[in-house]
Amino acid sequence: MDLIQLRNIFKTYRVGEIDVPVLKGVSLDVLRGELVALMGVSGSGKSTLMNILGCLDRPTTGEYWLDGELVSKLSADQRAMVRNHKIGFVFQSFNLLPRTTALRQVMMPLTYTASDISDREARQRASEMLARVGLADRMDHHPSQLSGGQQQRVAIARALVNRPPLLFADEPTGNLDSRTSEEVLRMFQKLNSEEGITIILVTHDAEVAAHAKRTIHIRDGLIADGVFEHAQTA
Amino acid sequence: MKKLLRTIHVALYGLSRNVMRAILTTLGIIIGIAAVIAMMEVGDGSSKAVQAKISGMGANVILVIPGSMQNGGVSAGSGTAMKLTADDNQAILNSIDVHASAPLVRIRTQVVHGHLNTVTMVNGSTPQFLTVRDWNNPTAGTSFTDSDVRGANKVCMLGQTVARELFPHESPIGKEIRIQNVTFKVVGVLRPKGANMIGWDQDDFVLAPWTTVKYRVSGTSASVTNNAASTVSNTINTLSALYPTGDAGLYDSPSAVQQADNPHQVRFANIDQILVSANNASEVPQTVREIESLLRDRHHIQDIGMDDFEVHDMTEMMSTLTSATRLITTLLLCIACISLVVAGVGIMNIMLVSVTERTREIGLRMAVGARSTDILLQFLIEAVLLCLAGGLMGVALGLGSSWLVTTLLHWPTEWSPLTVFVAFIVSALVGVIFGFYPAWKASRLDPIEALRYE
Repeated sequence: MDLIQLRNIFKTYRVGEIDVPVLKGVSLDVLRGELVALMGVSGSGKSTLMNILGCLDRPTTGEYWLDGELVSKLSADQRAMVRNHKIGFVFQSFNLLPRTTALRQVMMPLTYTASDISDREARQRASEMLARVGLADRMDHHPSQLSGGQQQRVAIARALVNRPPLLFADEPTGNLDSRTSEEVLRMFQKLNSEEGITIILVTHDAEVAAHAKRTIHIRDGLIADGVFEHAQTA
Repeated sequence: MKKLLRTIHVALYGLSRNVMRAILTTLGIIIGIAAVIAMMEVGDGSSKAVQAKISGMGANVILVIPGSMQNGGVSAGSGTAMKLTADDNQAILNSIDVHASAPLVRIRTQVVHGHLNTVTMVNGSTPQFLTVRDWNNPTAGTSFTDSDVRGANKVCMLGQTVARELFPHESPIGKEIRIQNVTFKVVGVLRPKGANMIGWDQDDFVLAPWTTVKYRVSGTSASVTNNAASTVSNTINTLSALYPTGDAGLYDSPSAVQQADNPHQVRFANIDQILVSANNASEVPQTVREIESLLRDRHHIQDIGMDDFEVHDMTEMMSTLTSATRLITTLLLCIACISLVVAGVGIMNIMLVSVTERTREIGLRMAVGARSTDILLQFLIEAVLLCLAGGLMGVALGLGSSWLVTTLLHWPTEWSPLTVFVAFIVSALVGVIFGFYPAWKASRLDPIEALRYE
């Protein structure tokens, strides 16, 4: 079954009196276990599509099915729950909390899960996650004491602590040098192949996109190529 | 519940990331609460002290005076009935639980020592008078005794003013003064009390056993004597005269035949006032009721009959003065409350800055699944925790400063747990009220915008 099904997504922003269409009927599918790159130049609607895919925003019209759930009609609070359980986020600028230990950064999403997790259990899960990204010895470090690559790995551990089926990476290597970029991308590939986590890499860099199994190009609010045929015609 | 605990935990951690700012933010609350506590304790203390002072001035004094004498439908005014006796006073002492009770006989007359003289009030009473008026421990000498009262001994105590007038250069103790040609030995001089609330000099009087004043000097009550006439003694000085020179005025002088028939002159035992001191100010109304019922019984007054006495208390004076101190306390409290509001505005300011500064954090928290209520709660709890911590420190500081005021300035303070409790609640309320707007603002942020915020 498809993890993501987008059908005819339109997104229009209203600037003053004028409607500005950003997405003009996007349809695409992402299967479970895929590693997809979403490419496009700035202004192409890439960010808007990513916000909708990440359940941060709602499409103006169209349907979005995530893991069998129609999420395009959900309220803000319901979408927050979906984000908490099903989606992990990795950002270009890491977005770590200042003056907070790596362990606490990773525990943070567990604060907002509906299920009751004891503090000990949360600690356990967070330290496991940090060990998996190779930071078992850096649990008590603050972001300022970590290198860029380490910071991004903390962010990855944080994104995965709730065991979501989908991981979003928005320009994950944008702030990293080429060597650490490679490291981080390897980690994505490893997570994808070993854990079966579906990963969507949002980037404008073809070199980054090359690490993905499939690349979707977006241009002027429409999918240019990289989509399965049935999705395009549906 | 668990969720709330977790949010409190998050809030605490958020605060601990910037301890210095947290402390500076709470400073306003600390000072505000400390001010409230200190004001209340000092205010309560002075209010209690003022009340005690007023009680000392005679706020729990009850005055019993005879009623009015009616003569053919003409009332002579209150205090003219000659129905109140020293036995009434004794009955009050015997059967009612009072602090003290003293009869009073008063005449206004001339007092002479050597070539000096003055016109003053001569009060006849018992030693309990001093207890009622809170006037024990004379500056010099001693008080006269109950046996002096029983024996109608010619002893007296002088008020400061009289002592100064008659004995400008010497101690009056052991000296003699003359009151309407009766010689009194001065046994004591009273402490100075100054003027009372309406400006009367309270030290301008002579105190003597009431029996002596009644049977040796006056023979009548002050209210029915023509004071002006009696101040000048125009009768021959008979120092050994057993009965007073004054005239009762109520009855015609007995004729020679009458005197021969009835050799005993009528000895009126009526007194002018009874001064009763209740155990404390709050017992005054109860004591007044008991005195009224006792005297009605003793005077055989039927339920429909008119009382031949009047009972007055000082509740008006008491309530006036306590309300004055309460007004001052309220005023101070208002000022303290204003400082709390200012502190709350300070909290709101810092929380707003904090929300702006942590926009990205808020965006991130929303991205990983925090609902807007979670964010609202987090920031609200941060504000409340700040205020509660400030309240706690403020209480400590307030109690400390009121302790300092007591030990260093010797001002009376009164420990009031209620104030501490209320101050604590108020600080939490300040947190909720002034923390709400920043928290609400934080919760309304759009996660996309917040994540992109630089």
